[in-house]
Amino acid sequence: MMPQSAPSISSDALLEVDNLVVEYPVGSRIVHAVSGVSLQIARGETLGLVGESGCGKSTLGRAVLQLRRPTAGRVLFDGHDLTTMQGDALRLMRRRVQLIFQDPIASLNPRRKIGDIVAEPLVIAGVKDPEKRKQLVHEVLSAVGLDPTLVVGRLPHEFSGGQCQRICIARALILNPEFIVCDEPVSALDVSIRAQILNLLEEMKARFGLTLLFIAHDLAVVKAVSDRVAVMYLGRLCEVGPSEQLFARPAHPYTALLIEAIPMPDPDIRPAETVPVGEPPSPIAPPSGCRFRTRCPRADQRCSDEMPELRAVAPGQFVACHHPLI
Amino acid sequence: MNGNILLSVEDVVVDLPTPRGNLRAVDHVDLTVGAGRTLGVVGESGCGKTMLSRAVLQLLPKKAKLSGRVMFDGQDLLQLPPEKLRKLRGRSLAVVFQDPMTSLNPVLTIGTQLIETLQEHLELDDAAATRRSVELLAAVGIPAPEQRLAQYPHQLSGGMRQRVAIAIALSCEPKLLIADEPTTALDVTIQAQILDLLAREQRRRHMAMIIITHDLGVVAGRTDEVAVMYAGRVVERAPTPALFKKMRMPYTEALLAALPKLDAAPHTPLPAISGRPPDPTRPLRGCSFSPRCRYAVARCQNEKPALEAAETKAHQFACFHPIEDHADANA
Repeated sequence: MMPQSAPSISSDALLEVDNLVVEYPVGSRIVHAVSGVSLQIARGETLGLVGESGCGKSTLGRAVLQLRRPTAGRVLFDGHDLTTMQGDALRLMRRRVQLIFQDPIASLNPRRKIGDIVAEPLVIAGVKDPEKRKQLVHEVLSAVGLDPTLVVGRLPHEFSGGQCQRICIARALILNPEFIVCDEPVSALDVSIRAQILNLLEEMKARFGLTLLFIAHDLAVVKAVSDRVAVMYLGRLCEVGPSEQLFARPAHPYTALLIEAIPMPDPDIRPAETVPVGEPPSPIAPPSGCRFRTRCPRADQRCSDEMPELRAVAPGQFVACHHPLI
Repeated sequence: MNGNILLSVEDVVVDLPTPRGNLRAVDHVDLTVGAGRTLGVVGESGCGKTMLSRAVLQLLPKKAKLSGRVMFDGQDLLQLPPEKLRKLRGRSLAVVFQDPMTSLNPVLTIGTQLIETLQEHLELDDAAATRRSVELLAAVGIPAPEQRLAQYPHQLSGGMRQRVAIAIALSCEPKLLIADEPTTALDVTIQAQILDLLAREQRRRHMAMIIITHDLGVVAGRTDEVAVMYAGRVVERAPTPALFKKMRMPYTEALLAALPKLDAAPHTPLPAISGRPPDPTRPLRGCSFSPRCRYAVARCQNEKPALEAAETKAHQFACFHPIEDHADANA
């Protein structure tokens, strides 16, 4: 598999993913979940990763954190290759990286009190003093907008989805990590709650100096929080670029279709006439060449013969397409 | 709304007994849908929009208590004997759910399910029913429809299953189709395809439709009228263009403002609605939105505003302090 590279605008990369491949067997066949993805995230940056179900974005997020070991490729975090790390070294490194999941209620053990759930990373990290733990739990719960005295003794089912996501964020923050993978953190939440959590993530990012990989299928949500956006389709990156630039002038036909398909809350904008056709093929048997070609209005013979590499089309903007829109 | 009223929901209340006390899921709702028209019902989880649609379909949980009147095509559905009701559902009153597997039987082929529905409601022989099934699958955009008849639901993608569910719902030419979050489980490109499909079939069949959704974006370009629900009540109701041009209810405005905008710069803080909806087992005396409303005053806490019309009869809202000028309120 040829590498796809998308240099970041800053040279100070906290995370560098280099030609990452994740494949796993389903029965006698192989799912090509991530096929040679490279990207960099600068310290303090939020990189948004968008794509539809099954495009491999969550698998990529997990492979970055070594929750699923990649088949090939490297993941450099602050210069250390996580893919070769084992045991204690990996456990120590994991304190610096955290994950927030889509389903906040399912992420919390229903039988444990909130205070214990949020303190657990401290226990694992070896903070032995219960008073110290209590103090840190109170601090982080206040930071995410919950009243610690009202919250610590209660069980997850006593909280709404939005509050559970606040608790998950508190748990992710308690070890003072540098990098958080947010995997669809607001897609299970209602609109009014979603805005609260997005604002909270932004506040926490500024306050704790975080770097984020923000995975979501909703382009408007991704744009709201990301400095740069990477668009993924069937295991490969289609396009990477600064958020505003990418939305204003998408270079990849798939990015353009995704933007066009968003239902706009404005009756004066008629729904697009050119609705994207078809459905994504199976990652078990991805198309040859460009993986988007089976749904692409611009596809020709070259697209099936030759896999497009990411290349620069504008400052900071990279596209993997033989017939880009710009 | 002139023309023929096909569905009229009159003062409908749905109460559900829970261990925590009575839960009022739908609180005195009145709605009408004209023949061939599309109504969007918008609200967040727990606002009662799904219970309202279940009340119309008479598919409420067994323990639920329903009062009020649901008139459909000249018949009072609450008075209809079960057998007649069953005949009506699927024939002139059809539904598409969020998860197509709610309505599809996993152990029967697509063909069996379509043909069964057709023969249940229309007098068709096997050959005619099969022919019609193929036509229906083709109409909803399923490639190679003849081969699909022999397939089971699990062999299809989520988008394809939803198309099959729509084909079954459309099979007997219903007068009203209720689509309850029909695209929420689908990806954005598939969502656009399914919404287009529903719109096209609706126009072609002159069918009325209720789209239930949490997404203001889904109703904006695709409905004639919108009803916004909050805590079991309709809090604003208007023709779609009028609603988006001039929202009067602060909740509707806040809901729209809380959506991330594609044309906003990254890292723009979102005007979030603070707090969360009230506990439906602990009804508030005043306006249910008042604890979260930035315009609320003492009266809002003590008295429930009625859903009333303002300058035009079609635009109703339940608020003591409606937004007067949309532009000013946004500033």
